[in-house]
Amino acid sequence: MTNSFIEFRNVSFRYGKDQPWVLKNVSFTIDSNEWVAVIGHNGSGKSTIAKLINGLLFPQEGEIIVDGLTVNEHTIWDVRKSVGMVFQNPDNQFVGTTVRDDVAFGLENRGVPREDMLKRIDVSLGQVGMSDYLLHEPHRLSGGQKQRVAIAGVLAISPKVIILDEATAMLDPKGRLEIMQTVSHLRQAEQLALITITHDLNEITRASRVIVMNKGEVWLESNPRDVFSRKEDLLQIGLDTPFVATFADELSRQGIKLGKQPLNHEELMDELWTYHSKM
Amino acid sequence: MNHALIIGQYVPSNSVIHRLDPRTKIAIIFFFVIFVFFANTLTSYAVLTLFAVGTAVATKIKLPYILKGLTPVWFLIVFTFVLHLVVTKEGEVLFRILSYPIYSGAVEQGIAISLRFFLLILVTSLLTLTTTPIEITDAIETLLNPLKKIKFPVHELALMMSISLRFIPTLMQETEKISKAQASRGVDFRTGPMKDRIQAIVPLLVPLFVSAFKRAEELAMAMEARGYQGGEGRTKLRELRIEKIDILAFITFGIVLIGLFLTRA
Repeated sequence: MTNSFIEFRNVSFRYGKDQPWVLKNVSFTIDSNEWVAVIGHNGSGKSTIAKLINGLLFPQEGEIIVDGLTVNEHTIWDVRKSVGMVFQNPDNQFVGTTVRDDVAFGLENRGVPREDMLKRIDVSLGQVGMSDYLLHEPHRLSGGQKQRVAIAGVLAISPKVIILDEATAMLDPKGRLEIMQTVSHLRQAEQLALITITHDLNEITRASRVIVMNKGEVWLESNPRDVFSRKEDLLQIGLDTPFVATFADELSRQGIKLGKQPLNHEELMDELWTYHSKM
Repeated sequence: MNHALIIGQYVPSNSVIHRLDPRTKIAIIFFFVIFVFFANTLTSYAVLTLFAVGTAVATKIKLPYILKGLTPVWFLIVFTFVLHLVVTKEGEVLFRILSYPIYSGAVEQGIAISLRFFLLILVTSLLTLTTTPIEITDAIETLLNPLKKIKFPVHELALMMSISLRFIPTLMQETEKISKAQASRGVDFRTGPMKDRIQAIVPLLVPLFVSAFKRAEELAMAMEARGYQGGEGRTKLRELRIEKIDILAFITFGIVLIGLFLTRA
């Protein structure tokens, strides 16, 4: 018995018979309690992966196993109990007329009794720091706040995995930071797997593993540090490396070798100010 | 863009009428609308007017505000009155305006019909003034529940209503954005002949519709991902409960009805 929570076995997918393949023979596993970032250029098939996991789409070939269940029309409702998903557009996934109603939506769908619902809404809104906005209407919230409510709505059903499908793509830098902080905080507090799908390399730094998608295929499966060090290759598949990586690259070209590939500003600073003493 | 947007004409407050169960309000209004037509004496009209005005005062909404909400129908009320004065020819001739006879029956009828009209509109507008649209939706859902037996999609209807309510502000913000975007490209919404102005609406509506369809598609997917599979086996967070004040409201209304039947001829 392996520890893998989600498994893709030779999955291929296309939207129609005469359409090109969006995913070609994709296989990977994601363990429970692991943070995996899926990154790729637009049209690399990364969002399709998310939709396949909870049965919004079905593959033409291959098999997807989530929590021991093969995803098909009979199991989707059970699969969706353990998979929570947050989408890109904050407005188009807000169903309720107030924050409270929206968080309740997933619970209502599952037939959770009212008393239980109220408790769970309180807890999950607390986890994302939105308790003060219980009765706010969506149009009075910022994009980042709406996405936090969406995360709370997902948390309320206590899923085993949360998928963020480009959940930060439409937010401003502040909203983006809010979401990333909320998510890493949750990672520490809860036992759950996390899949972040993104095209922004800055967002993969905290993940434990990175799957880089290109043209519907798994192009690389590695850790963030390794991904960052392959600047040239990333550029070729249309991914722009973050400033820190570019800077480190430029330094090494100038003959200044850093100890390890820095992931963020802090690590870069540490490398730089200890550089001299290491010589 | 963060201003609170009031949908409909709901005025937030914590008055007795606000706190009533929306079903109570709808039921009382339903019967009030029927029984208004039973009044036929001065005192019976007084009883109904007292009830309507009393309720209006109990909402704690400023009376001028309520009356202002009736502006569009004032014309209709006055028009009905004048029409009765001119057309009805019952009773004695009271006086003549430019040799046109005005009958006493006409005055009586005119006042009675206009008053009925006024009462109906006052009471129904009190419902929308004191009840949020979402409460009305919930009330309609529960009140229509028996229709499920004949396969009427009650839950779907209520869900559609609440999603529409949810998206009104969103689409309004979007309309504003699109109209600014189009204005900056030279579309003129405000000046020129009517025909041109109507044509200028097209570049506003087309993108709005396209985005509304896109939103609908994404929302449907998000709802499905969150486990929505129709009304079957669903629980509800918003709960309607008949409380003591609802029973009191029904009793009060019952007394008014008894008063009505005692005073009518």
